[in-house]
Amino acid sequence: MPLAPAITDLEQLKEHPAVSRLLRWNAGAVAGAKFDRDEMSIYVQKEFIREACALLRDDPGCSFNYLSDVTCVDWYPQEPRFEVIYHLLSISKKERVRLKVRLNADSPVLESVTAVWPSANYAEREVFDLFGIRFTGHPYLRRLLMPENWEGHPLRKDYPVEGYR
Amino acid sequence: MILNMGPQHPSTHGVLRVILEIDGESIVRIMPDIGYLHTGIEKTCEAKFYQQVVPLTDRIDYLCPMTNNLCYVLAVEKLLGLELPPKAQWLRVLMNELTRINSHLVWLGTHAMDIGAMTVFLYCFREREDVLRLFEMISGQRMMTSYFRVGGVALEPPIGFFDKVRAFADRFPSCVDEYENLLTNNPIWIMRTKGVATISAEDAIALGASGPTLRGSGVDHDLRRDMPYTGYENFKFKVPVRTEGDVYARYLCRVAELRESIGIVKQALDGMPSGPIKADAPKVVLPDREKMKTQMEALIYHFKIITEGFAVPEGEVYQAIESPRGEMGYYIVSDGTAKPYRVHMRSACLANMQLLPKLCEGRLLADVVAAIGSIDIVLGEIDR
Repeated sequence: MPLAPAITDLEQLKEHPAVSRLLRWNAGAVAGAKFDRDEMSIYVQKEFIREACALLRDDPGCSFNYLSDVTCVDWYPQEPRFEVIYHLLSISKKERVRLKVRLNADSPVLESVTAVWPSANYAEREVFDLFGIRFTGHPYLRRLLMPENWEGHPLRKDYPVEGYR
Repeated sequence: MILNMGPQHPSTHGVLRVILEIDGESIVRIMPDIGYLHTGIEKTCEAKFYQQVVPLTDRIDYLCPMTNNLCYVLAVEKLLGLELPPKAQWLRVLMNELTRINSHLVWLGTHAMDIGAMTVFLYCFREREDVLRLFEMISGQRMMTSYFRVGGVALEPPIGFFDKVRAFADRFPSCVDEYENLLTNNPIWIMRTKGVATISAEDAIALGASGPTLRGSGVDHDLRRDMPYTGYENFKFKVPVRTEGDVYARYLCRVAELRESIGIVKQALDGMPSGPIKADAPKVVLPDREKMKTQMEALIYHFKIITEGFAVPEGEVYQAIESPRGEMGYYIVSDGTAKPYRVHMRSACLANMQLLPKLCEGRLLADVVAAIGSIDIVLGEIDR
């Protein structure tokens, strides 16, 4: 089965319930969308991530009530360097959507979604620990896996696999 | 008073430290401290070829290695757009359910032992030994199986394997009866578990619980049925759901799952298709030894895969499956080379761990052990 090429044109994707709901709410919040390998990704502007999450959770047409995962990808040395990724699941509709926020290397700061889903707590701490992304409004933003006095953020691409010696 | 609870030396079993603030016997605040088993597997994956990551995935959760193998290879297959022959899929389902039984048996034994029912542990490990022998027979390994490969499974099952599995499947339901005889109506067990560490469905969803922990609170959600993968849509099984949300409900859910799993194993044995066990993708799947000795191309492909890996088209996928503990997910980003750009593991245990304060605060110190046991954590998976 050959792979179908990814659809990145927002015009073609605006029928998708999550995309259309976000566009109806605030077209400026959606920076783009991608449909690839049967998975929907929506790029959200970083100022709107918490509100976008709350909207998708509460809207009856979407009801993405479950946050599966928060993680991050480092595209060093490209800019914007970081992509923070939220995997949302709708338990009733059996659907998934991925929200992505792009962050520049000089200000890796983002609003926390712990107010929307308390489950983001550990996941955001992990992203902070391993990538150095700061989440404003997080109740307890401290290292999760690495020791408290560790220097650097190991999953960044400019951090050597063997660690600093 | 502040108390530290739990072993935290890497050589001990279950390296979890819980900081407890207690007032007499009751818990005021509870804070899990994790990370003692962190080995940076996600970082290591970025330096390996795609096929070299499979053995690493075993080591995350040593109680259900095949589930982790499965989730990873499914994600890579999705990136590649590979389609699998039916026999490979059915073998995967069969082994995956045996893994679930293995994992639930260890959970039941240790959970009961933590609460004080020593005997159950011995009964559970008796059957677990049988499952591990089956693993050894099919993959050569008892625990770190690495049996699933990108594009199929590693080996054809040996002669007599299916008979052994069937003998186990016929015997196992009566063993579950034995465990239930020891626990389900046992007044001490009921006193220690019923009404203890309850959580509502809303809280469980908000805190990211999944698997039996979520179903014990009345949320009817199972990825095997709701978002089927690797051919689960061909199997009939019930999803046990309880509404009480306490330790006892989670116990009943898991025990019922043991019976459902053995049902799936039997269906897989009955309907096992014949045919190849690997996908027809010579650039990804290692050729048979026989072909390598007779065909030039097979030898070349083998050499190329081993030395250079196989390139995976650019893109990203999130593949989630129902592990014994809940939603296990792999998020893989490919940049078009033979090594993954980023591998992230969504650990069900890490999310379930966040329930602990909700389960324990305001309750007695002795209930903490029951609560931790009931969410079935494996620290290797939490810390990765």
